[in-house]
Amino acid sequence: MASPALREVGRSRDRTPLVLAIPAVVATLFLVLPLVSLVVRSPWRDLGSLLQEAEVGQALRLSLLTATSATAVALVLGVPLAWVLARRRLPGHSLLRALVTLPLVMPPVVGGVALLYAFGRVGLVGRYLDLWFGITIPFTTFAVVMAEAFVAMPFLIITVEGALRAADQGYDEAAATLGASRLRTFWTVTLPLVRPSLLAGTVLCWARALGEFGATITFAGSFAGSTRTMPIAIYLTMVDDPRAGTALALVMLIVSVAVLLLLRERWWYAGDRTSDTASGGSR
Amino acid sequence: MKKSAALLSALAIVLMPALTACGGSKTTTLHVFAAASLKESFTTLGQQFEKDHPHVKVDFSFGASDVLASQVDQGAPADVFATASTKTMDLVASKVTGRKNFATNTMEIAVPAKNPGHITKLADLTRKGVKLAVCQAEVPCGTVAATVFANAKLKVHPVTEEVDVKSVLTKVSLGEVDAGIVYVSDVKTAGDSVKGITIPNAVNAVTTYPISVVKDSDHTDLAKEFEALVTGAAGQKVLAANGFAGPA
Repeated sequence: MASPALREVGRSRDRTPLVLAIPAVVATLFLVLPLVSLVVRSPWRDLGSLLQEAEVGQALRLSLLTATSATAVALVLGVPLAWVLARRRLPGHSLLRALVTLPLVMPPVVGGVALLYAFGRVGLVGRYLDLWFGITIPFTTFAVVMAEAFVAMPFLIITVEGALRAADQGYDEAAATLGASRLRTFWTVTLPLVRPSLLAGTVLCWARALGEFGATITFAGSFAGSTRTMPIAIYLTMVDDPRAGTALALVMLIVSVAVLLLLRERWWYAGDRTSDTASGGSR
Repeated sequence: MKKSAALLSALAIVLMPALTACGGSKTTTLHVFAAASLKESFTTLGQQFEKDHPHVKVDFSFGASDVLASQVDQGAPADVFATASTKTMDLVASKVTGRKNFATNTMEIAVPAKNPGHITKLADLTRKGVKLAVCQAEVPCGTVAATVFANAKLKVHPVTEEVDVKSVLTKVSLGEVDAGIVYVSDVKTAGDSVKGITIPNAVNAVTTYPISVVKDSDHTDLAKEFEALVTGAAGQKVLAANGFAGPA
């Protein structure tokens, strides 16, 4: 938390130089104008009837279901990985870290192709799933969850890993000294310490999963009810029925605003808050 | 140092022809938007057109006819537009001129080379456990496929509805599905990874391909010439070689 004296100094130098102000305004307009236009162009009057169409509800439900499942997968698998990356020195540590965060910078459609070659019916692993168990993954809702988790999990891993790295390990050691088991320390000391980051990472991961398009359409295809999520439905509807497509897009915008509200502790007050651990208090 | 010098000279050698080409006279780029199923034949025709017009470069955008139609409608920089159905061309009727039908196409079942689903006829596609890919209903290939199944009085349950016919073909050639409904021309151009199974004429359906010049084009004359190439004898020969039938 910045001291009052420091804030005074900041205020007296409050005049923003033009070289910074102009690009800043342009950036704001660039980011906000398209969203305003979407809201303005939305068919508000028919919104109710457009959203009541069976396909819309189906796509929205599927999106919420798969994004939540993908986030659950990411939590169960990703948080332990974040802990390993933050607290353990493994051989080839930085390589491992780079590899697991690669999906973060890769075009999602590349991820979809990669998933197909790994878990497709004739893929490296998928071939045996089919041969031994008669399981084929592509074109199923499960494939959607996999595609979303593949793309979104690194967001959670990176966020939690950063927090674990920064958190004071002294508490863990104290707990261990007092006789707590490693697992108990992890649950009752380590995780609560990084709770804000864990929460932010979870929401980021969920939002990324909800917006997933490229990997999903490549690996899971597109079929109403089983694999056609909101982003795919919007893309398809925009072509044939722009009004319905816009209505769908608006729904996604509203969901995004809701996500931002969930994250407000972290982002809206970014200027006031300086550390993760400080945001536990009431506001 | 040595390495970067070598790289630079290599770059110079590669770029030289391009640079000199620009120096002589300006290169005009003709933008052709065409249905995904036209990819192979139009690419061939584009090369012919470039050969006949040394300072013209033909740039293609292949995709689902309805997606391309909405792009043309929104003012995308297309000079020539060719779709896989008359209905999708109707969508941009006010933006195009000189419309002509130049080809027709019928449907065929495409299966992976090894035919894992043991598909031999249309009715096999209704069998439980057979994974079928089709185009989504909005795309011409999806509309025509739906007509075929209606004609045959068959109810199918595809696992995926792809955005265009080439995506269906990809899923087949990768072996991810047991069968896909694509155009005869697609099977013809797909090579060894895909096998075609003929759909009897009695239930098969036809789609007609129209081509037009986009009114907003900056190169109307060139666009007309490209259209003439496609509708003329040379174009028809290439289309026939790629499995298309002549206009009805």
